[in-house]
Amino acid sequence: MKIPDLTELALRNLRESLLRNSLTTVGISVGVASLVAMLSLGIGLQQLFSRRLAKSGLFDTVLVTSHRDMRAMGRERDDDRSGANPGESRVLDEAARVELERLPNVLEAYPDIRFSAELRYEDKPHLVMISALPESAKSNDAFDGMQGGFFSSDTASEVIVQKAFAEELLGNTPPRGSEEPNVADLAKPLLGKELTIHYAQRSVSPAAPSPPRADAANSDDNSLAGAAYSVVSREQKVKIVGVADLDPESMRGPTRARVFLPLKLAESLHVMQLTDLREVARAASDQPIYSSVSVRVKNPAQIQALEDAIKKMGFGTFSILDASRGLQQVFRVLYAFLGIFGSLALIVSSIGIVNTLVMAILERRREIGIMKAIGASDGDVKKLFFAEAGAMGILGGIIGVVLGWTIGQLINFGTNLWLKSQSVPPEHFWAVPWWLVALAIGFSFLVSLVSGLYPAGRAARLDPVQALRYE
Amino acid sequence: MTMVPSVSSPPGTQAIQVENLCRHYRMGETLIRAVDGVSLGIHAGEFVALLGSSGSGKSSVLNLIAGLDRPTSGSVVVQDRDLAKLSREELAKYRLHVVGMVFQSFNLIASMTLAENVELPLRFAEVDRGQRSKLAREALERVGLRARMDHRPSELSGGEQQRAALARALINRPQLLLADEPTGNLDSHTGTEIMDMVRQFNRELGMTVVMVTHERALAERYAQRMIFLADGKLVDDRANDDRANDDRANNDRANTSAADSGKQGGQL
Repeated sequence: MKIPDLTELALRNLRESLLRNSLTTVGISVGVASLVAMLSLGIGLQQLFSRRLAKSGLFDTVLVTSHRDMRAMGRERDDDRSGANPGESRVLDEAARVELERLPNVLEAYPDIRFSAELRYEDKPHLVMISALPESAKSNDAFDGMQGGFFSSDTASEVIVQKAFAEELLGNTPPRGSEEPNVADLAKPLLGKELTIHYAQRSVSPAAPSPPRADAANSDDNSLAGAAYSVVSREQKVKIVGVADLDPESMRGPTRARVFLPLKLAESLHVMQLTDLREVARAASDQPIYSSVSVRVKNPAQIQALEDAIKKMGFGTFSILDASRGLQQVFRVLYAFLGIFGSLALIVSSIGIVNTLVMAILERRREIGIMKAIGASDGDVKKLFFAEAGAMGILGGIIGVVLGWTIGQLINFGTNLWLKSQSVPPEHFWAVPWWLVALAIGFSFLVSLVSGLYPAGRAARLDPVQALRYE
Repeated sequence: MTMVPSVSSPPGTQAIQVENLCRHYRMGETLIRAVDGVSLGIHAGEFVALLGSSGSGKSSVLNLIAGLDRPTSGSVVVQDRDLAKLSREELAKYRLHVVGMVFQSFNLIASMTLAENVELPLRFAEVDRGQRSKLAREALERVGLRARMDHRPSELSGGEQQRAALARALINRPQLLLADEPTGNLDSHTGTEIMDMVRQFNRELGMTVVMVTHERALAERYAQRMIFLADGKLVDDRANDDRANDDRANNDRANTSAADSGKQGGQL
């Protein structure tokens, strides 16, 4: 029989026992709906995470450190060995930064300047971690919902403060568990106000071992001195231009900064950094030595190649990709888990198909006998039952996708309603991509055909003489 | 659909050759010999009645000739095809193109209209839609049911249903019409109507007819030859001398088949 004929006959037969076949189809569609709902939740969550990570600016960034630092952070024995072989590691200075920036696919390479300093606001001191931001950080979604604006220029004497620090500045530390204050309320009294940063400056000293001395430009007298450099206390007046609602460095953990400076300004300050003590002893120049350099790629996909290239240069690298690899693993497990759960319902409904078709064989035994007597081959009968199973599968698949999508939208809507009541911005964490629609209908069709295997085979093997005798 | 010229073999050639046919089956402990060593030959264009009481094996013989069943031993050769040697697929093709069947209980599919019932064999033969409905209309026209083609079988009388079944049996232009008690569910008047139609096909289309019946009178009135079965064995095989106008019928057939041979189409 030809396919249009088969389809027509199959649909006609399905209409004949409408209630039973509808119930079976509903069973399939519930199965498909649960599969679609489960997987689209998984996909939506992953997309949400990926979106967040990509926008966070961490996804396309490789953190470059000198090898020695990496080892010093971890194992001391390694540190000893690298001390014996200093040629192994490279100094992360300006020359290295320029070299990194010239690597293929690199958007920019900027030093991580990070220091803790005393910050005075209305004569009250606050100890805080400060870090420098390049201009490109403007698009970082950590600054979504920021009050005020980004730095007017890369050298402007301006700062952005994080919400928690803004609270500290205003002197109100609310008790735990109370509602978080609105960032706009915090920003109002702070924007445009002046802060004074007290920091330690690494000063250029022409002679290597030199006695402690006071810098001419230094206003304070409490200067420190080392073997190859001197440290002087400095201050810098800055204006608050923005209050960030979110925590831009939440991934950094304990060393995360609460106050942000424009990068060029921070560079010009020559702030004494932790690594200086070690590196300056090795470096023959007065060039600044960076504790780490952030390298941004044009496309997150190129991050692996870039990391390899940087490792070849003799630096240590760390990227969120390393962390996200673990995350991808988690999502793969989540998919499998959700997929299995979703499929369970479909498998149960496939038993419904088998049942319906076996019943149909018993009921239509005589009809099968008639068809065989007037010339239907085993194949024709088999195909007819397959077509019925397949039609139920496709129909159930389509209804199921619509159902699953609707359930998803409802849950999304409900959750966003709840998020809104918690004054969290709404999120789209439910995604039904086209491939999932195709996959769900295809899978439903396939499961139905497999379910049709046994009934179709049984119908095809029916002995026409006996079938005709059956009343 | 491939149209081949006239289905009718010249009268006198052997259409069906049954040789020492046995069909045994087991029912619990007992072996039932439904057909037990039957041999017979049927000429092309012949109208033969298989007679016997119930359980005599006449229906079993018909089913074996129809290719619905396979013999335990012996052979059925229909137009040089040894049915026992055909595969299931080939046997289905044989049923589709060579045999037309009518049954006591009509066996129309209840969920389909008459037109759909009649064109069903054409679906299995993969005839395209336009051709199918044209042929179905023609076949229903022939049995006088053109006006009722969109009705379902349940809306028709028994006689009308059997006429539709006849139209379905004829749609593929088979050489063989096998009828299993075709009038068994009909009153005598309607039965006569159906039998007249069968006789008409036998004469005008040159179809070989094998009819199973237990009504001797019916056989005597329509069949050229009567074969009697009892307990699966052939007990008598004789020409029907009583058949009215038999000579005239033969003449008619010779004339019509000569006249029709040009336009008649068949299919294999």
